[in-house]
Amino acid sequence: MSVQKKNRRIGLYALGAAVMMLGFGYASVPLYRLFCQTTGYGGTPQIASEAKAATVGTSDQTVSVRFDSNKDADVPWTFRPEKTTMTVKLGERYMAYFIARNNSDQPVTGQASYNIEPEQTALYFNKIQCFCFTRQTLKPHEEVRMPVTFYVDPKMLDDENSKDVEQITLSYTFHKLKDPA
Amino acid sequence: MATTADTFQAHTEDHHHDHDADHKPAFFARWFMSTNHKDIGTLYLIFAIVAGIIGGGISGLMREELKEPGIQILGKVAMFLNHGSAVGMDQQLHLWNVLITAHGLIMVFFMVMPAMIGGFGNWFVPLMIGAPDMAFPRMNNISFWLTVAGFCSLMISPFMPGGTGNGAGVGWTVYAPLSTTGSPGPAMDFAIFSLHLAGAASIMGAINFITTIFNMRAPGMTLHKMPLFVWSVLVTAFLLLLALPVLAAAITMLLTDRNFGTTFFDPAGGGDPILYQHLFWFFGHPEVYIMILPGFGMISQIISTFSKKPVFGYLGMAYAMVAIGVVGFVVWAHHMYTTGLSEDVKMYFTAATMVIAVPTGIKIFSWIATMWGGSIEFKSPMVWAIGFIFLFTVGGVTGVVLANGGIDDNLQDTYYVVGHFHYVLSLGAVTSLFAGFYYWFPKMSGKMHSELLAHVHFWIFFVGVNMIFFPMHFLGMNGMPRRYPDYTPAFEHWNHLATLGYYVMAASMVVFFANIIYSLIAGKKAADNYWGEGATTLEWTLSSPPPYHQFETLPVIEDNGHH
Repeated sequence: MSVQKKNRRIGLYALGAAVMMLGFGYASVPLYRLFCQTTGYGGTPQIASEAKAATVGTSDQTVSVRFDSNKDADVPWTFRPEKTTMTVKLGERYMAYFIARNNSDQPVTGQASYNIEPEQTALYFNKIQCFCFTRQTLKPHEEVRMPVTFYVDPKMLDDENSKDVEQITLSYTFHKLKDPA
Repeated sequence: MATTADTFQAHTEDHHHDHDADHKPAFFARWFMSTNHKDIGTLYLIFAIVAGIIGGGISGLMREELKEPGIQILGKVAMFLNHGSAVGMDQQLHLWNVLITAHGLIMVFFMVMPAMIGGFGNWFVPLMIGAPDMAFPRMNNISFWLTVAGFCSLMISPFMPGGTGNGAGVGWTVYAPLSTTGSPGPAMDFAIFSLHLAGAASIMGAINFITTIFNMRAPGMTLHKMPLFVWSVLVTAFLLLLALPVLAAAITMLLTDRNFGTTFFDPAGGGDPILYQHLFWFFGHPEVYIMILPGFGMISQIISTFSKKPVFGYLGMAYAMVAIGVVGFVVWAHHMYTTGLSEDVKMYFTAATMVIAVPTGIKIFSWIATMWGGSIEFKSPMVWAIGFIFLFTVGGVTGVVLANGGIDDNLQDTYYVVGHFHYVLSLGAVTSLFAGFYYWFPKMSGKMHSELLAHVHFWIFFVGVNMIFFPMHFLGMNGMPRRYPDYTPAFEHWNHLATLGYYVMAASMVVFFANIIYSLIAGKKAADNYWGEGATTLEWTLSSPPPYHQFETLPVIEDNGHH
């Protein structure tokens, strides 16, 4: 094989490696999401089905849950939790309410992102139903009461990193949908 | 050292018998359409020097501002850039961020990388492996001119609207959301585009080096006989090839987030700004090794030459670089300790980062062991190389300090970090560049430089850079944050000293340029091998400067059983 031919072959292999790494860069977007959901990395809470929630054992241990509400500057809403804190038994199912009010004269559609602090408890904080799973449209000056159903997994007590946590904060931030459908 | 003078038989008649080997095209064709690795290397070196003057000038503005507490010169600079009309305080402070961004991007992408890889890599990799040229000469030309185009794009950016004021003020890391929703206006897009161009140029350069080194070695030049500089460029090329596309992906996502409504890094659409940091540092950490590894290679050649001994532990040196390259890909999150990593993740990244100190230590040890018992000559490249070992080791030690997740919580974003990375880059990489420059300048130009001026340059530079950067460790440990143009008067003493150090360093640059001018005008003609018996690699078998086309008959490297 001539040198030129061999050069072209190695050059193409190298180009292929570069293109593969470019693909890896983009593939990291879904991989990262999957990683966060599985490990609770960065405070990503778990989403549990009704069936899974039914199988969780209970415990007499309690933990305090604090609710935190935020919104982007361009969301013309008032957004607050009905109760700021709640003491919950591990493994038991609870429902908490958030109140949102549209203060503008236009209908506004928003969606909430959510996070858990301290982050190491996110793996044990399970949401069964949440207003944050779907987009919310509020008519002008409408006020709504939005529920979230959750439980804290007693396995939290078995984890060195989370067993001493006394209060878990569930935080929401409402964003205006960029492209209201 | 891979080869010694008696281990190969170069066909030295190559560059005497044939006038065609030295036939050069006319000026425009030679320098603007060049496909000759030596000419492209020269272009890269000139380009890097020009970019270095601009980037270094910007750091002069910053040191002048930091000489005293309060805002001194930012207003004047901002007014000058604004065609003489005064600008508000917000724009002045934004200008600070623009200066920091420009300084970082210029020095990383348009000074160190072009000089190390484009300049010395292009010049000496083909010479050292006995190849007539690079594998893809025309792609080599494209790489260079794309780098120039990228630099132009970066130079346009500060004169474009960038939100708060003109220019992109995001730092060399270009973190989202500051670089997306935080920086409206075309300045940011120009800066991102500049990275795209420089990145594409470097990827092509990497493909070229990998192919050249794998495929175009002279007969008998096995991988385990290659000079360590060639090894260092090979490892660097692999790092470029695997890291830069990830940066390209990340900054393309930035561009589409900015301009086309995607939400890769925007929580409002389900994205995460931390993902950008992961992608950036997955590139960014290998990038710091990209900037230093060719320096390691040059230092190995120089230490061996002036100790008149082969490098101690050749294979260990080569594979230490490979190890640094491999481990360099799995330590990126040590740049992100304060983004909320769990204890376990921090423990992993702390341990993995410290592992890199092992191959790096092997290299430092082997350089010293090469000198030990050698017949050392303190010519200027050797003095620069020993200075490199000292300065790089200081930077390495502070690196091990910063590798600790717990300590980093305190030192994150302080001047301690600035001191650390300038010791490994501004003092480490740049010192190795000067070492390589004095080592090879007569080979490239055919004219000897002044050894006296080269020594004077070294000593003034050495004093100056230590005055600039050593006090930064004190400032950082006392809590002075980076990226601010102002500080409490308590920090004035060391900042003042650092600014004085800048003047000293700048004076050494005058000596450097005086030396270049002297040698080009009045320098003695350089012999083929002006460093004598210690210089044993293939480039020393050629004339100085080498013929326009070399090794038309390939040299043959004989196997005599040692490196």
